[in-house]
Amino acid sequence: MQATEWTNAEIRAANVTANVDAEAAVETIGLSKSYGGNAAVRDLSIRVAHGEVFGFLGPNGAGKTTSVKMLMGLVRPTSGRASLLGMPLGDREAKRHIGFLPELFRFHDWLTGHELLDLHGKLYGMSASARRRKIPETLQLVGLSNREGDRLRSYSKGMQQRIGLAQALLNDPRIVFLDEPTSALDPIGRLDVRRIIETLRAEGRTVFLNSHLLTEVEAVCDRVAIISNGRVVAMGSMADLLSGSIVIELRLGEWDDTIETLVRGYGSIEDIGHAENGRATVVLEVVDEEAIARLVHVLVSRHVAVYGVTPRSATLEELFIEVINRDGAVSVT
Amino acid sequence: MLAVMLLSAAFLLLYAYGFQLVHDDIQHFNEQRGGAPSTVLPYDVQASAMVLLGLYTVNFLAGIMTIFAAVGAIAAEIESGTLQAIIPKPLARWEVIAGKYLGFLAMIVVYLALMVAGVVTVSATIGDYRPPNVLAGLGLMILVSTILLSLTMLGSTVFSTMANGVIVFMLYGMAVTGGLVEQIGNSLDNDTMVRIGIMTSILVPSDAMWKLASYVVQPRVAVNMLGPNPFGTAAPPSDFAVRYALLYCATLVVVSMVVFSRRDI
Repeated sequence: MQATEWTNAEIRAANVTANVDAEAAVETIGLSKSYGGNAAVRDLSIRVAHGEVFGFLGPNGAGKTTSVKMLMGLVRPTSGRASLLGMPLGDREAKRHIGFLPELFRFHDWLTGHELLDLHGKLYGMSASARRRKIPETLQLVGLSNREGDRLRSYSKGMQQRIGLAQALLNDPRIVFLDEPTSALDPIGRLDVRRIIETLRAEGRTVFLNSHLLTEVEAVCDRVAIISNGRVVAMGSMADLLSGSIVIELRLGEWDDTIETLVRGYGSIEDIGHAENGRATVVLEVVDEEAIARLVHVLVSRHVAVYGVTPRSATLEELFIEVINRDGAVSVT
Repeated sequence: MLAVMLLSAAFLLLYAYGFQLVHDDIQHFNEQRGGAPSTVLPYDVQASAMVLLGLYTVNFLAGIMTIFAAVGAIAAEIESGTLQAIIPKPLARWEVIAGKYLGFLAMIVVYLALMVAGVVTVSATIGDYRPPNVLAGLGLMILVSTILLSLTMLGSTVFSTMANGVIVFMLYGMAVTGGLVEQIGNSLDNDTMVRIGIMTSILVPSDAMWKLASYVVQPRVAVNMLGPNPFGTAAPPSDFAVRYALLYCATLVVVSMVVFSRRDI
């Protein structure tokens, strides 16, 4: 049995063991990179557990790609250390179980799709029989089965990204690093990638997803770290980051002290806007959704006209913009 | 690649045609003189000069081809981004250098073997002349291109493709010019010029190795009668120079590996 061919059962078994000894799939401690005095990544300390889909977010130029390049051995860290599958960076055995789709996905374009995968299969150290089995399977997965005999130079940008994804998944990796994997894909392609990530998660594989497409991250990631100006500014499980209070916008037909006292009983008022016709728009932070239902019920029973209740529940986008702005970053994508 | 093969084949055809003309010319001249051996130079010396010209051209073509082929070996792959999916694979950076180097070396060996065989075959069939020590000459010519390959490879791990091309061609030109300066210095008994030549040979020993190759494939009589000329020499470099050249290549390869291992991609 080739070391590169891990069955799902084996991966799950490995993960169980990993949980026992608490070995992380990806771990960085104080990882930093500076280019001539300019810090690209500062003191990056993250830990990704086995089987986790980890979203690594940040505006353009925040240091996402540099971080992944350090983990991939493309860029030498200025300081700090990191491990993949419990092995130090550059470990050959660990590299066998890692797949990587670079942000700049460029391949030798005189090769056909099939030839490219065969070359990369050889580079992974896969046996001829493993390649014969995995190449058609992976081409099928990324939706390129009918184009495997065509040269890459005839591929569209989206197809090149798909073959790049195939190259990253060919060895049944235990960790897959995807750097902006859908940048060249249309909405259908993006759904395909989301489906592939979900399959990887179901198989117990670890996915490290670099992205600034927040809806995409929100849909698939278990945990995220937000990076700005080379530093992690927020990190946690999706549920933790987005839980907490719910903010709603309430549009009422009238507003007086009595109503204000009433509303204050259900949450804290963040802002009140008065319109000329006596109406008011109130931004209210409540503890949970039940509070909204009760408040509306009370208002209606007191004959206060309720024109609108708009939940401004925290989305990843809001959180993202909030933490980036707090960090004082200039550009927000 | 196809273009190189076609052009090389065209060169060999032209060379065969040229050799035929020279051969006929000398024969015709001799016949007019009633068969007396009265040409300015003996036939073997003239034929040897023809072989030398042929090998000089082959050596030059191989050198140029090597530089052009390897100029972007690493640099172009960094620039285009194709290395980004290669480096994370389970292989060490030095293996990437080793693989590319050996690939180019194989190309050099095959190309030079075919071309030298072509020149020698033309000489034997058309000119009825067989130069001595062809294999040693071939080995030294392979060494010439290997020196250029090592230099180009190292440059490719440090500079951009464009800059590397300019730098390696300048060094190559310097080596050839340095060799000429040394020969002129030898004839004029000018120590400074000889020293300049030796210094360029230390920096880039390609021309020195060609001089040795040209020396071994000529019979002594031809070397003595032709004397120092831009294509050959009467004062060949020593065995030590060959060992130096081999060490030079090995050192450059190791330095390439070290530099590339530390490089951000």
